[in-house]
Amino acid sequence: MGTRIGKEVSIGIAEAAMMADVDVVSAYPITPQTHVVEHLSELVADGHLDAEFVPVESEHTAMSTCCGSVAAGARTFTATSSQGLALMHEILFIASGMRLPIVMAVANRSLSAPISIWNDHGDVMAERDTGWLQVFVENGQDAYDHILWAFRVAEDHGVLLPIMVNFDGFIVSHVVESLEEWSPEEVRRFLPPYDPPYRLDVDNPWTFGPVGIPDIYLETRKAHDEALLGAKATMVKAWSELADVVGRQYYPVEQYKADDADIVFLSMGGISETCMTAVDELREAGKKVGLVRLRLWRPFPFDEVKAALGGRKVIIAIDRALSTGGPGGPVASEVKAALYGLETRPQVIEFIAGLGGRDVTVGDFKQMYEKGAAVAAGGPVPGYELLGVRA
Amino acid sequence: MFEIRFHGRGGQGAVTSAEMLAHAAIEEGNYGQAFPSFGPERRGAPVMAFARVSDAPIRNRSAVYNPNGVLVLDPSLLKLVDVAHGLAEGGTIVVATHRSAEDIRAEFKLEGRLGVVDGLSIAMSTIRRPITNTCMLGAFLKATLVDEKPLVDLQALEHALKKRFGRIAAPNIAAFRKAFDETVVLEEN
Repeated sequence: MGTRIGKEVSIGIAEAAMMADVDVVSAYPITPQTHVVEHLSELVADGHLDAEFVPVESEHTAMSTCCGSVAAGARTFTATSSQGLALMHEILFIASGMRLPIVMAVANRSLSAPISIWNDHGDVMAERDTGWLQVFVENGQDAYDHILWAFRVAEDHGVLLPIMVNFDGFIVSHVVESLEEWSPEEVRRFLPPYDPPYRLDVDNPWTFGPVGIPDIYLETRKAHDEALLGAKATMVKAWSELADVVGRQYYPVEQYKADDADIVFLSMGGISETCMTAVDELREAGKKVGLVRLRLWRPFPFDEVKAALGGRKVIIAIDRALSTGGPGGPVASEVKAALYGLETRPQVIEFIAGLGGRDVTVGDFKQMYEKGAAVAAGGPVPGYELLGVRA
Repeated sequence: MFEIRFHGRGGQGAVTSAEMLAHAAIEEGNYGQAFPSFGPERRGAPVMAFARVSDAPIRNRSAVYNPNGVLVLDPSLLKLVDVAHGLAEGGTIVVATHRSAEDIRAEFKLEGRLGVVDGLSIAMSTIRRPITNTCMLGAFLKATLVDEKPLVDLQALEHALKKRFGRIAAPNIAAFRKAFDETVVLEEN
């Protein structure tokens, strides 16, 4: 294990991509992702990273370039946010359908209108069904580790799918905090070189992305779905390999002080850390409360969610996005679906928190706990609430 | 956990000074966190930055609302911003001003321990630019000494300045040291 050093998380992400020895970076700058690709362009320009940095005129082209480069056999990285991710939308399906293992860091930010550069999960939730693997990280160390882990998973011959590593804009991306870097030897032990089974090669030609007539399209979709679901086993294996190399163990669903908790928070991403502090303080006040955190979002870890949440009295599900005109939050919807088959189902109360960068504080979690406790005491289950919204 | 809020104007280096503090804490083997008040960067407009220093991992990503320490990089902000807002019990405010601590306390009704230093004069005589951020780090560490011990190691902080400022590190370190020496501290009422 290395020494903890202070680093802005975005810079850590760029350096993790450098440690992965990426061959191609194609990206367009957008707040709050900018520092990631800006630093990568510096690393290439200064000769620290032997890669092709392809500056482009739009994110649509950035993702298209990534598709071409990874198909040609080059390890490929990009990063984006918000409107940039939305502009990639069309090509995201092409990357996943063609089974191209691109690694993309997404600095999560809300979508316009109104224009907001601030953090929530609205951008990635709009890309939920693009067929990409999707994980969320909580801090700089997570982010750094998961860039290397993402290449290990995506390029595995049993997976061959693109992956998004989601890190919260500003509240994670712009924070200077401590993290341990990997040594070149640790990277070498963990991450083999990219060795695609199929690549664009004039001497050994393959067709990528042909027409899927009605007689075959259905089967390709089934294969894609099975590949996504099947990727979980490789992800878990890679997390365990990561623990062998650097001593940090990650899981699809993680818990904090939740063993004996009747009431648990359920969260995803950077605010989970603030929630931990709230749990600490509530525990000190004698409340049996804990936290369950989703790390893996696609494939959705149904079994792990059932195991972590079944048997609880009340789940306080916290979303960072609103499914407008729909059921409330996308995470809560998924969680309810996972719990539906249980004989005794916990009550689920839903909060949409921190939209468009509204700060989520320790005090906010305590207020949510009080509402959860009221339901645990037999009170009515309220509908979803936009936390802190003014009337 | 020690929580800190920085008040400056865009371009005065509030974010940089918050980061220097976090880097110094981490280099010492403690935990540090620094981040800007998120938003479009606007030169000259009142801005904030935040830092946390702790001997345990920091698990809080919200802004600082009850600071133990407040740094005011520009005295004109005292008329515009309630810099003492939410100041924790026993908290400390340091202000870059040529005026006396008694004067500042009387005019702006600032609670808590108050440190003042003529940051602008020190900055002009060392780095030769009206940028007070490194001065105010010195003032802050002086005003928050506990049993002669600073919140972060002074050498670790100078090392952080050296790494950040490279060729222009020496005058910044001089400003930091001079401000540390010259800061006048007025205890809580």
